[in-house]
Amino acid sequence: MEDLLEILRSLHPDVDFETEEYLIDKGILDSMDIVSLISEINDAFEVTITAKDIVPANFNSAQALYELIQELADEE
Amino acid sequence: MKREHKHRPVLKFILSAIVALGGLFLLQRLLVPKYVDGIVEGAFVAEYYKEEKDFDVIFIGDCEVYENFSPIVLWEQYGINSYIRGSAEQYIWQSYYLLEDTLRYETPEVVIFNIQSLQFDVSQNEAYNRMTLEGMEWSPAKVKAILASMKPGEKFLDYVFPILRYHSRWSELESTDLRYLFDTKKVSHNGYYMRVDVRPAENVPEGRILADYSFGENAWKYLDMMTELCEEKGIELILIKAPSLYPYWYEEWEVQVEDYAAEHNLKYINFLELTEEVGIDYSLDTYDAGLHMNLSGAEKLASWLGNFLKEEIGLLDRRGEEALAASWKEKIADYEAEKQAQYEKYGMTGEK
Amino acid sequence: MLFTSYEFLGFVAVVILAYYLIPKKCQWPLLLAASYLFYLIAGVDCLVYILATTVTVYFVALRIERNTLRQTAYLKEHKGELSKDEKKAYKEGQKKIRLRWFVCCVLLNIGILAAVKYTNFFLSNVNGILTAFGQTKQLSFFSLALPMGISFYTFQALGYLIDVYRGTVPAEKNPFRFALFVSFFPQLVQGPISRFGDLGRTLYGEHAFDARTVSYGLQRVLWGYFKKMVVADRILAAVTAIIGDTNTYGGAYVFVGMLFYTLQLYADFTGGIDITIGIAETMGITVQENFNRPYFSKSLKEYWRRWHISMCSWFRDYVFYPVSVSGFMQKFSKFARGHFGQKVGKRLPVYISSFAVWFATGIWHGASWNFIVWGLGNWAVLMLSEELEPLYERFHGRFRFGEGLPYRVFQMGRTFLLVCCLNIFDCYHSLGETFRAFASMFTAGNWKVLWDGSLMELGLTGLDYGILGAGVALMLSVSLLGRSGSVRDKIAARPYPLRFAIWYGLFLAVLLMGAYGIGYDASQFIYNQF
Repeated sequence: MEDLLEILRSLHPDVDFETEEYLIDKGILDSMDIVSLISEINDAFEVTITAKDIVPANFNSAQALYELIQELADEE
Repeated sequence: MKREHKHRPVLKFILSAIVALGGLFLLQRLLVPKYVDGIVEGAFVAEYYKEEKDFDVIFIGDCEVYENFSPIVLWEQYGINSYIRGSAEQYIWQSYYLLEDTLRYETPEVVIFNIQSLQFDVSQNEAYNRMTLEGMEWSPAKVKAILASMKPGEKFLDYVFPILRYHSRWSELESTDLRYLFDTKKVSHNGYYMRVDVRPAENVPEGRILADYSFGENAWKYLDMMTELCEEKGIELILIKAPSLYPYWYEEWEVQVEDYAAEHNLKYINFLELTEEVGIDYSLDTYDAGLHMNLSGAEKLASWLGNFLKEEIGLLDRRGEEALAASWKEKIADYEAEKQAQYEKYGMTGEK
Repeated sequence: MLFTSYEFLGFVAVVILAYYLIPKKCQWPLLLAASYLFYLIAGVDCLVYILATTVTVYFVALRIERNTLRQTAYLKEHKGELSKDEKKAYKEGQKKIRLRWFVCCVLLNIGILAAVKYTNFFLSNVNGILTAFGQTKQLSFFSLALPMGISFYTFQALGYLIDVYRGTVPAEKNPFRFALFVSFFPQLVQGPISRFGDLGRTLYGEHAFDARTVSYGLQRVLWGYFKKMVVADRILAAVTAIIGDTNTYGGAYVFVGMLFYTLQLYADFTGGIDITIGIAETMGITVQENFNRPYFSKSLKEYWRRWHISMCSWFRDYVFYPVSVSGFMQKFSKFARGHFGQKVGKRLPVYISSFAVWFATGIWHGASWNFIVWGLGNWAVLMLSEELEPLYERFHGRFRFGEGLPYRVFQMGRTFLLVCCLNIFDCYHSLGETFRAFASMFTAGNWKVLWDGSLMELGLTGLDYGILGAGVALMLSVSLLGRSGSVRDKIAARPYPLRFAIWYGLFLAVLLMGAYGIGYDASQFIYNQF
């Protein structure tokens, strides 16, 4: 989890990712952010996030994103 | 109390509907052109419905009927009760349906049709369509007339609800639009449009050479229908060509009409060939250089025509009918009054 | 059938009336019948195209789903028996089968779209190349009629297919229900591109008549007609005049034309979508919003999140993300990071995939280089502002004036002008003309035409400008009012007479000030010669 927050903070240092629950709905993360986020997560956690996983529900909070990573890691 | 409450939504709905539809109706009345001054021709067709419909002679056709014959003279000199159902650039299908419309109320002895409009096979101008059709009362004849007249791009619905056609006229409203919101003003004398001024005919242009002189199929179709309808109803149909020097009346056209009349056993009078007999003087009897007759010309033509109707057709003198004579007395008074007003307007006082 | 024809109004009125009169079970079948009738009126041959898309996507989606279900069942059945590798191999094999079906269906449908929309564009380019190489031989064009709404329904159907392939929505078993999703008639004219997961929720439901729903829907429709008929169709005359004659109308006129076109596009497109959403709403069906007050955007990036949302999100979800997170792109990104440094390497894949998206967006709008350049122009501006972002931040860090309302208004104005400039590419006939016109703004120096009365000669009178001004003011006020919640809710909270006056007034405004019909021209009625 800490690793993920680290990655997120490197994108937007000014956002409190631990509490924010509407990263997509509020437009904090845009499509460019998401693409670079995914490539970093794929590298760091050795998972493959595909396009079908890119839905607001998975990216609105750090917690949701972490759960997605867990889930994908389990499948591998 | 409770019951009252139950009815409130219904009442609200009915009230709203009344306000909404009433508003639309008022707006429509306000926005349609009134044709009470300037272009009065748009009001002619509607005026007929106010008459006591018992005419011996009905004219149908374009300006060559409503500017060229004076029904007042026909009455005064021969006791012939006539009405002109004319309108600007009346196309032949419109003439036909105006005849159908007329037959809903009465069956005249004679119908006189001016054949100038045979030259058009389709409607030429939306504004002229409007000026003829809008004045008609709703009947199957009107529906058929509209369908026969619409140009591409015109919509039937625009005739049913003229507000759709005139919606943008709100920026051009005049005081007459309010004054004649519900009222109308008589603008013709049994369909006759009076002009007393004079503009002599000089240098009338020759007609352009046409590629094809034969009248169109559609135009012929309606002339056939007119002939049949008159025959069926026992009406004497007379074809005429008014003595207008322009638009040009081609010899090739003349032949076709003559042949048609002969074939169908119809009377055809070409006034262009009778100008001397009638006594038309183109330096005095036209107000627009030969296109249309002025009052003097129209009275001369009516006088000749009345004699023809009496001698050839045998129309009877009805001046003895009291009620009819009384109504004509009023009409004659109006006629004389407008004559005087126009003489003054055109600075011709004292001429007559 | 155009939205602004009597036939369309009559058609919609009959459909809505029938919708509430028939048994509720028959409501969606009625919509299907109405949609196909609507399509039939547009032309029988068009029917073949929409049927082809409907049938192929329906069967392939079912096929893909059945395969997935079989896979799950098989794995469950043989749970203990298979090794991890065997399982993986089986899964891969099944996935390949699904992918094969999926790709075939996508190619077929994109192929149909491309064939009817782009054949002549392609041929004209081939001809251009032939001429460039001194060939006198030219290919002749095909005369294929573009079926109504093909760009919209093809994308809508493919979006569904992708969703089924990804497993995010279940495949629709009933072919007739699916046919309705593809052909839903209010959307056929100009979109939006709905998702099955969204539209499907209410499209097939049974809807009892509810006065509020119906009147809200009609209010939305009326507002759409206001935008379209009073504003868009009125300003059209001036837009056509300016872009139709580049020799006369250069310089300041181009600027005026650009503003007018942007206004016309906004009023026409958002108005049309209001009509679509409103018609659906009267029948209790929710169509997703396609606009979110786009001209209040503070950057082009934000604008593209708020303008034509359904299309943008389609390209984002179904093209941009898949391409940019694909294995290939990930590998390429790694490679780029190694060779061009961390910063550039990270962005390069994004830039490449968004280039593809904007190229596709451009050509989707129309088969011409104008639209391609328009799309790529948007791409260039977006990428540039992305690159300049750190610079902005440093600037704002030093001078703290970026927070007040005036600055926000400045940002909105800037974005609006930028959009206007890009839109110029939709207007003119050719790219050369567009660039010439654009350049003339800076060289012609004829700015005095803005106030010397020349604008009165563009086919609009002072009165027209007055109506347009009032229309724009009204649209702006409604947008501002809409920021704090539904404007219709606000009006509904008012006393009945006021509410009635507002909606009746709006109706009369459309009726009297709408630019429709032959129009009254007094001079036309002047009696001449007959």
